[in-house]
Amino acid sequence: MEITLTHYLVLSAVLFAIGLIGVMRRKNLLLLFFATEILLNATNIAFAAISHYIGDLSGQMFAFFIIAIAASEVAVGLGLLIVWYKRTGKIDLDQMTSMRG
Amino acid sequence: MELYLYIALFAPLAGSLFAALFGMSPKTKLTGYVASALLFASFVSSAVLLNYVMSGHTVHVELMTWMATGDLYIPFGFVVDQVSVVMMMVVTIVSTVVHVYSIGYMDHDKGFNRFFSWLSAFVFSMMVLVMSDNFAGLFIGWEGVGLCSWGLIGFWYQKESATWAANEAFIMNRIADLGMLIGIFLLYWNVGSLQYDVVFAEVGNLPIAVVTWIGIFLFIGAMGKSAQFPLHTWLADAMEGPTPVSALIHAATMVTAGVYLVVRANPIYDLIPNVGIFIASLGAFVALFAASMALVNRDMKRIIAYSTLSQLGYMFVAAGLGAYWVALFHLMAHAFFKALLFLGAGNVMHAMHDELDPFKMGGLRKVMKGTFVMMTLASVALAGIYPFAGFFSKDLILEVGFVEHHYVIYTVLLLTAGLTAFYSFRLVALIFHGEERYKLFGIHPHEAYKFMLVAMSPLLVLAIIAGAFKMTYYQLVINLLPSTQYHVHSEMTYWIMTIGTQLFVIAAIVFAYKKYANWSSVPDGTSKMENRFCYKLLWNQYYIPKFYEEVFSKPYLELSRIAWKQIDLKIVDATVDAIANAIYKTGENTRDIQDGNLSSMLRWMVVGLVVLLALAVAFTVGYNAVGA
Repeated sequence: MEITLTHYLVLSAVLFAIGLIGVMRRKNLLLLFFATEILLNATNIAFAAISHYIGDLSGQMFAFFIIAIAASEVAVGLGLLIVWYKRTGKIDLDQMTSMRG
Repeated sequence: MELYLYIALFAPLAGSLFAALFGMSPKTKLTGYVASALLFASFVSSAVLLNYVMSGHTVHVELMTWMATGDLYIPFGFVVDQVSVVMMMVVTIVSTVVHVYSIGYMDHDKGFNRFFSWLSAFVFSMMVLVMSDNFAGLFIGWEGVGLCSWGLIGFWYQKESATWAANEAFIMNRIADLGMLIGIFLLYWNVGSLQYDVVFAEVGNLPIAVVTWIGIFLFIGAMGKSAQFPLHTWLADAMEGPTPVSALIHAATMVTAGVYLVVRANPIYDLIPNVGIFIASLGAFVALFAASMALVNRDMKRIIAYSTLSQLGYMFVAAGLGAYWVALFHLMAHAFFKALLFLGAGNVMHAMHDELDPFKMGGLRKVMKGTFVMMTLASVALAGIYPFAGFFSKDLILEVGFVEHHYVIYTVLLLTAGLTAFYSFRLVALIFHGEERYKLFGIHPHEAYKFMLVAMSPLLVLAIIAGAFKMTYYQLVINLLPSTQYHVHSEMTYWIMTIGTQLFVIAAIVFAYKKYANWSSVPDGTSKMENRFCYKLLWNQYYIPKFYEEVFSKPYLELSRIAWKQIDLKIVDATVDAIANAIYKTGENTRDIQDGNLSSMLRWMVVGLVVLLALAVAFTVGYNAVGA
């Protein structure tokens, strides 16, 4: 069976859904980061597939940018996470309520 | 010559601004001196211009562009021609006298500086009104004098009655000004310009119906300013202001602006004799109507105010019948003797500690010789006895009525002349003759300052000799106004009329003296005459103020109350409150979203994402459906 664009898009959608559920459900900050990575990479797959399908390299370029941004985001995020862990000893989301309005 | 024009126009403004600088500081004589000196400069410039205009020239300047958009072009233009120069002379003479007089009259008043600021500002507005070369500039001056009149009637603003009278005058004038504005708009709409020369050249080509409407609406404006029936009630109440104000604004200048407007717009009114007849009839009616109210009044200033009203009626009769130069002549003569009368009344008021009831005076001639002579002569001039100014101008109006075959108007005016003489001398007799009733009230009257009497003397001289300038004046204004001469055809009729009028007037004077010169008691409302119906009718000014109160003021108050309680509070306020409340409640209810929990915030974010996506899809589908 030939792998068509649809398969890629379905894969992307499934990954995106998994990531979205992770974002909503996870209480552990580290796992939340994992979930966001899944979200980003789901879009990367879609970008790369569509880019190949219409023969335009812009999509793949965009995917590279997203990878780079995701890397820097994780770097900053993990830094903050470590500082937070050092101060409180926990990385549970439900305990982080200092911004309660 | 332009320099003189600008001095005449702007010197009063400079005086006003100078006095305004000291508006908040304690009284300083300096403001009075400076304002009077600048007014005198304005008077001298006007005199120079008069001399120039007499030699057959006119001055026309354009100070700057005021409005220029599309086809609309209105400059700040000023013209000194044969008509405006006469008005300028009247305004500057009377106002210079009044300024100097006020230095004495307002001597003990805390608002001395403020008074001079308003007074000079008034003169400036009046100069704009008479010198403007277009209707828009005239309207600016028109509103300016209205504003200054408001400020001066309500000068003693701590008095409730004064502020009430000021507002009444202002509001009544605004009603009339609406009419005038409509007239001006109609002119612009049909002619495309507001410049006098353009308008008067074009107005003959307009349909007669349009001209009629223009004439009517402009006259409504004139009715308000000149306090003609039914907008007359403000003038008597305006006597709440300081007496020099009454002399300058409510006798000599501002109230005659309506007459000036009709005279200035004579090419318009010449085309519509029917409106002219209406103006003349209204004028005759007001002359009699106002004179009758003056017969019984017991307020010295109000009596003179009604007399002013009555004389304005005379002017409108002349203007309505097309005798514009006669109207302007009576305006001029009247300004002199009526201002003199008012200033004399001011002296009496000072002497009597602001007592206004002539029945409480009596015998004042012994202590106030100068004022007695001046007021008597001014009253003689007002009554129209030969050879005083009033004789020449008023008799001429009677002749106009007779020659134009309006015998009803003639009869009414003749009767009014008798009434005028009667109430004028009733006043003089009650104030200056008879027993010294003021002693009952423990008042020690004293004559006014010498310089006040000296300041009044130019008016006295003019009130006596103004008639001598009749032919000079006539030669001057016929350059601009229709030059009809009014002569009774037969010599015999003329002499009978003139001598008859004189005898009638003298009889009225003698009657007034007989009745009032030996008055000894103060009426207390119990005498037989005071309980007669016609006395009560006149005493209550034909119940017109009461009628206005009941028919206009009270329903309007009720309407305002309804608008406040029902519409404003229950609809407008309620709507605004409801919107605010809804927003406030929304905030309160959605406050839980901001619980600070990152996890639930992320969930809300996802909800938002889904909603936005759904909307995007829905709109795209919808757009394609419509676009296809």
